[in-house]
Amino acid sequence: MSTFYFIAFLSIFFSILVISAKNPVHSILYLILTFFTFTVHYILMNAQFLAIVNFIVYMGAILVLFLYTLMLINLNKESEPVKPFMVKFAGVFGGGILIIALVASLKSIGISDPVVLKNPDLGLVKNLGKVLFNEFLLPFEVSSILLLSAMVGAVLLATKDPKAA
Amino acid sequence: MESLTNTIQAVPLNHYILLSTIIFSIGVIGVLIRRNAIVIFMSVELMLNAVNLLLTAFSVYRGDATGQVFVFFIMALAAAEVAVGLAIIVMIYRNTNSVDINVLNRLKW
Repeated sequence: MSTFYFIAFLSIFFSILVISAKNPVHSILYLILTFFTFTVHYILMNAQFLAIVNFIVYMGAILVLFLYTLMLINLNKESEPVKPFMVKFAGVFGGGILIIALVASLKSIGISDPVVLKNPDLGLVKNLGKVLFNEFLLPFEVSSILLLSAMVGAVLLATKDPKAA
Repeated sequence: MESLTNTIQAVPLNHYILLSTIIFSIGVIGVLIRRNAIVIFMSVELMLNAVNLLLTAFSVYRGDATGQVFVFFIMALAAAEVAVGLAIIVMIYRNTNSVDINVLNRLKW
């Protein structure tokens, strides 16, 4: 039980560091740590498939893509834009109001039951694969088309326009 | 594995909701206070992950595998979104030599 609270504390701590770090590279490294704590959360809930996918897709693919883009863009220190203090304060205030509103609506539900894993095989690859390829076969195939179109779109956008060059 | 999964036995569902709420709000704050387009993008990723965690918690709570399949689809969607979004950011950088979102205010005309 205390494992969950420790990992939850780490998640919140690192995600605050993500948005407060001055250097964008540090932000990305903190985001990797945040996603690692999410992987630990998934393992604690015995969602092993999601833990592995989170590890490989998010920490392996997406964040490397972020890091690569940042290295490619090669931001200088002096070009790092900073918002004025009042805008920052207003942003934090608005986010705080959002937390308060959501927590207050949560309070009205009252005491909740503990999360108990009734079926230990729930998050394993075998069980999820059966659900994915029986009930969700069409969305699964459509998502492959989505990934293909995203790949084509990214290549099309990132290549230089031959007429402009 | 048995002892590991026993550790969550006593965590109330409300605490998972609370954790996801806080991380989602941190993502919202990040979008509001930063001007670097890449950091804003990372805040969006943070929000997506908070929702993923909440879907998984509800899936375990209800004993229904559908929630975890949804998380899988969200991850595929996030990968596509990141690829296209970063390509757009690279293109903006090539045209304006900056990733400051305030440069983009010409979009409003």
